[in-house]
Amino acid sequence: MAATPNGFDLDNSGRRIVVDPVTRIEGHMRCEVNVDDEGVIRNAVSTGTMWRGLEVILKGRDPRDAWAFTERICGVCTGTHALTSVRAVEDALGITIPDNANSIRNIMQLNLQIHDHIVHFYHLHALDWVNPVNALRADPKATSELQQAVSPSHPLSSPGYFRDVQNRLKKFVESGQLGLFKNGYWDNPAYKLPPEADLMATTHYLEALDLQKEVVKIHTIFGGKNPHPNWLVGGVPCPINVHGVGATGAINMERLNQVSSIIQLCTDFVNNVYLPDLVAIGGFYKQWGYGGGLAGKSMLSYGDIPEHPSYFSPEQLHLPAGAIINGDLSTVHEVDVRDPQQVQEFVDHSWYDYGTPGQGLHPWDGVTEPKYELGPNAKGTRTNIEELDEAAKYSWIKAPRWKGNAMEVGPLSRYVIGYAKGHEDIKNQVDGLLRTMDLPVEALFSTLGRTAARALEAEYCARLQKHFFDKLVTNIKNGDSSTANVEKWDPNTWPKEAKGVGMTEAPRGALGHWIKIKDGRIENYQCVVPTTWNGSPRDSQGNIGAFEASLLNTPMERPDEPVEILRTLHSFDPCLACSTHVMSPDGEELTQVKVR
Amino acid sequence: MTTNVLILGIGNVLWADEGFGVRCVERLAETHAFDDNVRIMDGGTQGLYLLPFLEEADVLVVFDAVDYGLEPGTLKIVEGDEVPRFMGAKKMSLHQTGFQDVIATAQLMEQCPETLLLIGCQPVELEDYGGGLRDAVAAQIDPSIEIALEKLAALEVRARKGRTGSNDLADASIKRDAYEGGRPSEDEACRIGDDRFFPERA
Repeated sequence: MAATPNGFDLDNSGRRIVVDPVTRIEGHMRCEVNVDDEGVIRNAVSTGTMWRGLEVILKGRDPRDAWAFTERICGVCTGTHALTSVRAVEDALGITIPDNANSIRNIMQLNLQIHDHIVHFYHLHALDWVNPVNALRADPKATSELQQAVSPSHPLSSPGYFRDVQNRLKKFVESGQLGLFKNGYWDNPAYKLPPEADLMATTHYLEALDLQKEVVKIHTIFGGKNPHPNWLVGGVPCPINVHGVGATGAINMERLNQVSSIIQLCTDFVNNVYLPDLVAIGGFYKQWGYGGGLAGKSMLSYGDIPEHPSYFSPEQLHLPAGAIINGDLSTVHEVDVRDPQQVQEFVDHSWYDYGTPGQGLHPWDGVTEPKYELGPNAKGTRTNIEELDEAAKYSWIKAPRWKGNAMEVGPLSRYVIGYAKGHEDIKNQVDGLLRTMDLPVEALFSTLGRTAARALEAEYCARLQKHFFDKLVTNIKNGDSSTANVEKWDPNTWPKEAKGVGMTEAPRGALGHWIKIKDGRIENYQCVVPTTWNGSPRDSQGNIGAFEASLLNTPMERPDEPVEILRTLHSFDPCLACSTHVMSPDGEELTQVKVR
Repeated sequence: MTTNVLILGIGNVLWADEGFGVRCVERLAETHAFDDNVRIMDGGTQGLYLLPFLEEADVLVVFDAVDYGLEPGTLKIVEGDEVPRFMGAKKMSLHQTGFQDVIATAQLMEQCPETLLLIGCQPVELEDYGGGLRDAVAAQIDPSIEIALEKLAALEVRARKGRTGSNDLADASIKRDAYEGGRPSEDEACRIGDDRFFPERA
C-alpha cells in the first residue's frame, strides 16, 4: 500500500485486470487495474497507446495553414482544434477579429459543444447505463406513459411510436448485426433500468441521431463545408451579404433563418429530451456514487466563449475560467497559460525523453522526443505487452501539471469552477438539478456528476447560442458586415519572431495550442489537449491523474465484465486521437479483458 | 427520378497511406466533371457528421485504405451488402470503426443508400505520422478512379473530362502536393515511435 502526494492510497497486490482497448471512445486507450478480494479497485493504470507527433509535422509550415492540419487530428473536436489554432496565431501576431467573426465563431463552438454532448450521452455513454437488448421486453404503452410523465412537452410519445421503434430494433438485432450494440455486457446486474426506461432511452438514441444531422449544418453555413469546415486567421471565411439570395455563398437572410431554426431545434431537444432523460436515468443510479477522483479537489478550466472579440480575461468569458486545488472551493485561482511555471508537461512516466529526470517543460519550450522502454516489472514483450510496469514509463500521454498539480478538466470542472465563483446561470442550474434529484452538492464529484454537468452545459450553451445569434443579427442590421481583419494577413507585416497561445474549452475540457513563429514559418507547435490532462500518467512526484484517481475504490460486480471501468472512463468523454498515436498494428477490435 | 450519387473519400491524410481515399476524390475532382446529381466529398476523419450526406444518396462510392491482409498496394472491390460486413471483418484505423458504425447507423435509421461500392487499397505504411502516400498506393489512385467510373457508367452515371469545383474538398494547404512537399525533414522532427510500429528498427 502506498499513498500518493495528491491523497490517494494505491495497492497493486490484488488481481490485475487489463482492458485493451477501451471501446466507444475516439482513439486507443488501455486500462489496467488491481482489485482486492472483494472486487474493489485499489490501483489503476491508464495508458494512451498511440504515439502522437502533431508538433513534428507542422515545423516549417505557414502558420496561417496550421488550422487545416490540426483539424485532421481526429474525428471529433475538429472545429475546436481549428479554432484554437487560429486563436494561437492571432495571439502571436496581435490580431483582433471583427465582432461578427466573434459571434460566428462562438455559435460554431457552442454548436459543436451541444452536438458533442448529445452524441456522447446517447451514442457513447448511454450504453453504460441503458440496455437496448432489455428494451425489447418493454411494454410500449407503459413506455408511452413513462415518456409523458418525464417530459410532457415532447411530442413523440404515443404507444404506437414506441411499438414501431421496438420493432425496428428487433429487426436490427435479429438480423444478426447487433453492430452498434455489440461488445455489451447486457446481462450484467450493474444495469438497473426497467425495460420501459431502456426503450425510452434507446428511442432517444435514434432521435438524437436524427437531430445531430440537422445540428451540424451550421458548420456548412458558416464554414463553407462540412465535414472539416474552413477557418481563417483574422476572422471567419464567410462574407455577409444580407440582400443576397440563394442557399450557397455569402451569409444572407435565408441562411440566417436556417441557423435560427437549428438553434431552436437544439434548445427543444435539450429541454424536452436530454435533460429529462438525465433525471430519469440518473434516478435509477443515484446510489452509484463512485468515480470522483480529482473532482472537487483539483480542477482546471481555461474558460471560453468571449463576449468581446479576442478578449480572454476571465470576467469576459461565458464558460468560466480558473483552477481549484487541494479541494478548496472557496478560492478559484487565476490561470496564466503564458507563465512558464504554471502549465508544464512531465515525461518521467511517459515514453518521451527530456534528458533530465523530473523536469517539467512549458509548452512553448516543449519537446517531443520519443523513448519507448518498458519497466523491469512489465510482463510480455516490447511488441506484445501483457502487463505494464507503472513504476517506469508506461504511456504515450505526457503528464501536464498546473503548478505541480494533476488536474481534471471538462464540463464538470467548468461547472464546479463556475459554481465556486458564483456564476449565476451555472449556480441556478446546478441547484435546480440537485433539488429535483434530492442530492447534496458533493454528489457532483462523481461519474454521474460529470454526466450531469455535460447535460446542464448543453442547455446553457443552447441559450448562449441564441445570445450570439441575436448579437450577430443586430450588428448586421446596424450596417456592420465585416467578418475578417486582414491587416496582418501578409507575412511581411509580421515581426521576425513571435509567439502566441490559443485556448478553448473543447467539449471534453481545456485545450491549448502554443505556437512559435520565426521568419514567417512555424518554429514550434505544441498542443496540450484535454485527454492529456485527464488521462495523464503519474508524474515524478507520484501524483496520479484524473482517470486513475477516478477508478479507485469502485466495486466491480464482475471483474471480467468491466462495465464500471467503462462507465467512469466514458464519463470524461475521452478522445485519445489527438493525445496519442495508434498501437495495435492489426487493429484488434474486440476488447480483451484479462484477469490475471 | 434522378439518382443521387455520393463519392466519398475517407481516411486520415496525416497517417501516410491512410490518406488514400481522400487523395482519390481529390484527384477525381481535378480530372473529371459530373452532372449536378453527383457529389464528390472529402469525408476525412469524420464519422456521424457524414450521416446527412448518406441519407441524401441513392448510390454511395467509398474510397478507403482497408486491411484485407493482401499484398500492399492491391485493390479490393466490395459491393452491396458485403460492404458493411467487410468493413467490419477486419479493421485497423480509427475512422474505419467510425465509418462502419455510420453505415450500421444509416441502416438502423433505414436511410442507407441502396447501392454501395467500396474501393479499398491495401496500405504499405500507416505508421508514419505526417507522411504521404507510398508509391505502390499512389499508383492505385488512377486505376481506382477508373473502376469507380466504370461501375457508375453501368448505372447510367457518366463522367466527363474536366474539373469538379466542389466546396466539399480539402483546403489547399493539405492537398497532396502541398502536404507532402512541406513535410519537415527527419532531422528537424523525429519520426520514430514505438517498436510495435517499427519492429524492424528495434
